[in-house]
Amino acid sequence: MKRALRLALLRLWLPVVALLAWWFASAGSTSVYFPPLSKILDAVRTEWLGPYFLQHLLPSVGKFASGYLLAMLLGVAIGLLLGLSPLARAATDPLVQFLRSLPPPVLLPIGILIFGIGVSMNVFIIVFGSVWATLLNTADGIRGVDEQVRDMARSYRLTRWQRIRFVLLPAAGPQIFAGMRTSLQIAIILIVVSEMVGATSGIGYYVLKSQQSFQVVDTWAATIVLGVLGYLATLVFLQVERRVLAWQTGMRRSTNAE
Amino acid sequence: MPNDTAPGAERSMQDTRADAAELLQIRDLNVSYGRGDQAAHILAGVDFAVRRGEFVCVVGPSGSGKTTLLRCVAGLQTPTGGDTVFEGEVVAGPPKKMAVIFQDYSRSLLPWMRVLANVELPLRNTLPKAQRRARAEEALESVGLGGKGALYPWQLSGGMQQRAAIARGLAYQPDVLLMDEPFAAVDAQTRIDLEDLVLRVRERYRMTILFVTHDIDEAVYLADRVIVLSGAPTAVTEDVDVDLPMPRDQVATKALPRYAELRNRVFTRIQEAKSHALVSGRR
Repeated sequence: MKRALRLALLRLWLPVVALLAWWFASAGSTSVYFPPLSKILDAVRTEWLGPYFLQHLLPSVGKFASGYLLAMLLGVAIGLLLGLSPLARAATDPLVQFLRSLPPPVLLPIGILIFGIGVSMNVFIIVFGSVWATLLNTADGIRGVDEQVRDMARSYRLTRWQRIRFVLLPAAGPQIFAGMRTSLQIAIILIVVSEMVGATSGIGYYVLKSQQSFQVVDTWAATIVLGVLGYLATLVFLQVERRVLAWQTGMRRSTNAE
Repeated sequence: MPNDTAPGAERSMQDTRADAAELLQIRDLNVSYGRGDQAAHILAGVDFAVRRGEFVCVVGPSGSGKTTLLRCVAGLQTPTGGDTVFEGEVVAGPPKKMAVIFQDYSRSLLPWMRVLANVELPLRNTLPKAQRRARAEEALESVGLGGKGALYPWQLSGGMQQRAAIARGLAYQPDVLLMDEPFAAVDAQTRIDLEDLVLRVRERYRMTILFVTHDIDEAVYLADRVIVLSGAPTAVTEDVDVDLPMPRDQVATKALPRYAELRNRVFTRIQEAKSHALVSGRR
């Protein structure tokens, strides 16, 4: 209990100090560009926990979540296929390397042409940009599964599905999650960028619009909301990872103890 | 048998008679990598049989392709020549009634599954959940791991992990258990415990065992018959019947003059194989 408290203090002191410093430094500010933090937080409360919650915040979260989850599904499925089949890997490698080298924002104009402005275009950009890290890590992880583990699975005549479900995917798990973490950061960037140029709602859309119409307080408020959302997404991700890979943490601890 | 029977007919009759008792026939196995002058010959006509219920140890100097031999028998590797016949059928892939215990338990047990789930895994194809559970628990019990099923493999000592791997093989209820230097990675004390454990479960499950090892004492202590391999390119140099009384005992059996005799015989053969390999290696 005491240790948990110390850990919480250790983690929280810097954000608290930073907020306090911001609060007091900006308290009497009359600058248009640096409004007082009190005003900004007021805007967060009245607008983002008010009408904008449904109008901008939920759509952003929805697009982000569906885009990211779709990318993960595709990334693991295709990665698994490429990891299992050297032939498929050889046949697709040049294309995969080319597509993943494209900086995703470059696809915004084409995405707008094809999908128009709106949800499907945003989701498309997120999926396209964030799928690669997971896909390639999955393929690598599957390919690298230990030879003896494969022998074991074969000699006990596990079915293909059992091999995938109980042996290959868990074995590649640590690497898959490392890829998913990179994908997450990319997806967070892309939801904002794609909303800035190709949406009529969403936080990214709102940040740019408020800035262009000189509602500086609102720009700050939306920026804070974005930061908090990104942080929460990472937190959720780390929780999931910790649960799924609990065996790995335990194993590492037990081998270190020996 | 009358003397006037054609030699061919006599041979084929013997073959059929042998088939009935022989569960596993390893017939002229050849494995080589590469072609022509560059080719590395690992196995050069390994040939022997294992009868139902027999405990056969295969001993050979290190580098004699023991693991390759076992992989071929298990259907995990296709030999360059020859074949293995198991229960009357040529092995073309891992057969149903065969289980393999691998040398490195830490790489054959799945660390993301609890011990019980590991033991149950191979039974998923054949048994409903309740029966699976019961059989896995029974197998764990028989190797002295009763009540440890809820732990993860990495929470067990090395010796206990190999016991869990053995339990997985037993729960599968194969007709033959292949073991690839299963005790090479554990300390001497644990090894002695595990040797006796294998003898006990063999009795209990009436299992046929093909056991590969480089340890001469282990081979003579455990086996009904010891197959001695030469160095690479590997063939069978001797087939030694171990006529030691059952049950074996770590102290009493090893104190028998017959044990020393057999041990020395195998030892000498292996030394010869080694020096022969050295000479042919130099050439």
